[in-house]
Amino acid sequence: MTERPTNPPLLDVRNLSTHFVTSEGVFRAVEGLSFRLERGESLGLVGESGCGKSTAMLSLLRLLPAAGRIVSGQALLDGTDLFGIDESDMRAIRWHRISMIFQGAMNAFNPVRTVGDQIAEALVFHGLARDLGEAEPRVAELLEMVGISGSRRSQFPHQYSGGMRQRAMIAMALACNPQVVIADEPTTALDVMIQAQILELLERLQRELGLAVILVTHDLSVVAEICHRVLVMYGGVLAESCEVDGIFNQPMHPYTRRLLGAFPDLSRPEGKLVSIPGYPPRLNALPPGCRFAPRCTEVHERCRQEQPKPREVLPGHWVACHLHDAGAANGRT
Amino acid sequence: MIKRRGRWRERWASIVGLLGHNRMGLVGLAMLGLAIGVAILAPWIAPYDPDTTIRVTIEDIYAKPSAAHPLGTDDGGKDVFSAFVYGARVSLVVGFTASLISMLIGGSVGLIAGFYGGRLGNLLMRLTDIFLVIPDLPLMIVIVAMVGPSLWNIIIVIGILGWTGTARIVRSQALSLKERQFVLRARAIGAGNFHILRRHIFPLVLPLIITNTVLVISLSILEESTLSFLGLGDPTTLSWGGMLNFAFTRGAISSGAWWALVAPGLGIVWVVLSCTLLGNALEEAFNPRLQSHHLQGEERMIARPAQPEASDT
Repeated sequence: MTERPTNPPLLDVRNLSTHFVTSEGVFRAVEGLSFRLERGESLGLVGESGCGKSTAMLSLLRLLPAAGRIVSGQALLDGTDLFGIDESDMRAIRWHRISMIFQGAMNAFNPVRTVGDQIAEALVFHGLARDLGEAEPRVAELLEMVGISGSRRSQFPHQYSGGMRQRAMIAMALACNPQVVIADEPTTALDVMIQAQILELLERLQRELGLAVILVTHDLSVVAEICHRVLVMYGGVLAESCEVDGIFNQPMHPYTRRLLGAFPDLSRPEGKLVSIPGYPPRLNALPPGCRFAPRCTEVHERCRQEQPKPREVLPGHWVACHLHDAGAANGRT
Repeated sequence: MIKRRGRWRERWASIVGLLGHNRMGLVGLAMLGLAIGVAILAPWIAPYDPDTTIRVTIEDIYAKPSAAHPLGTDDGGKDVFSAFVYGARVSLVVGFTASLISMLIGGSVGLIAGFYGGRLGNLLMRLTDIFLVIPDLPLMIVIVAMVGPSLWNIIIVIGILGWTGTARIVRSQALSLKERQFVLRARAIGAGNFHILRRHIFPLVLPLIITNTVLVISLSILEESTLSFLGLGDPTTLSWGGMLNFAFTRGAISSGAWWALVAPGLGIVWVVLSCTLLGNALEEAFNPRLQSHHLQGEERMIARPAQPEASDT
């Protein structure tokens, strides 16, 4: 994973900005977010609640709620700009080439329809089966793939346990053999044992099927376990992005460092956990400079006036912080 | 378009099977079946044809129940039992047809207003409000008086005035359902509005529509009886309400002819009760979440040992 591929990435998101236009003003949920996803790569998207992770992902699928607007940016999936095609083309791409494991699988299934039917629907919509009956063998195969007996396809979601529902959701996401799977907090609301099972399953499927996975989470330990690269978001913008080792061994952005400080470290059991005082910025009243400035311990004058741009400080390691500007690296003048 | 092969038969079989476990539902079904059977087989059950003209003597008017007339005779000397049997036809036809109209209007208005919302939804709900605030009975009386009291006019009037409750309930359910995550997920896998409405929202509001329809059936039958009792029924057919009207206005009470009142009155109660029982049972059968067997085993929930434990005092 160290050599940098020269061919274009599978998914290239450039300068994505998504706003929510409401009667209380414009909420700038995502601003100027750029990242790349290679084939077979797994990218962890980390940040606090409300920092725009899910919004960015729903933007990629063009499934924002009514108030959401993608105001700028491109998302090139194998060269096709997802924001430049019309809705019918988007419908063909959605789930077929880029699918999503939804946050909280409890609610992602219709309670009065069988799990199998709901998975089969995806196959029918994308022309992989003529009707629900014809889709049944494939549905059984998908369920077996995630460790659920194929005969349980005719059961209703309430007859599944929480972990099974999440696995069924994964099976559904894989129904059309997508290239990219977005997993939006797939392990939230599950106990640690089930969490580990689900993550193992995701990792195995990713390896076997050569999937590119974007794992949205606020759990850094999950990222450490299965991701190749990490993207840390704060207040709707990119804070830091690099390979997974870099984040843990050489975190550069003060927010990343504080975030790591708020997680337990087994090698230093005596180390104290430190929370980050304050709250993420309100997205309709953002500070003029760096969005982390009000909570940053290393803040200086420039941070309050000028928003830092992401810069490649080390090869493959991008940071948006004035501390790591070219000038700052040579000692501030 | 997603087609389903043979699964509906399976589904129906399971619903019928579940109905079998619900004793009150079975009672309702049997009561309603009996009423429908009587209505269909009226010409064979009724000993007299109510439409033939008969010669009557003074003894025939409000004659007590006898072998020839098991429920006595009415003010015209005609057999009450025959009129009662034929009256079931009118009440049931009006009840079912009017509720079908109400269900179609109310269900579609509610679904469209709830799911699409916006200006169209607002317009539909204001329309519903208008229908809701107008008192039904006076309006019905006025309309029937204007268009003339034929059977179809009565059905249509009851139908187009009885849908507001269904529309509001269905709308509120659709409003909350469309925000659920599985709707977003369905959109993500490529489903369009119509498919989501038909396959994801509709099955969830169907139990509501069905229970409501059953309520509306009883209401429609009551409303038809009310109109007929007030003398606005179809003059060519005698419904249970009409029988009550004749008995009430033509001295059945003062002559002590209870049979002329009790038969149609009990008939109305019978059908209304059967619909309610059946409706509740159907709701349970249609809603898979109410089917969970672990919800029905209260007595078996705590597994007690077979032998009583030795007391340790």
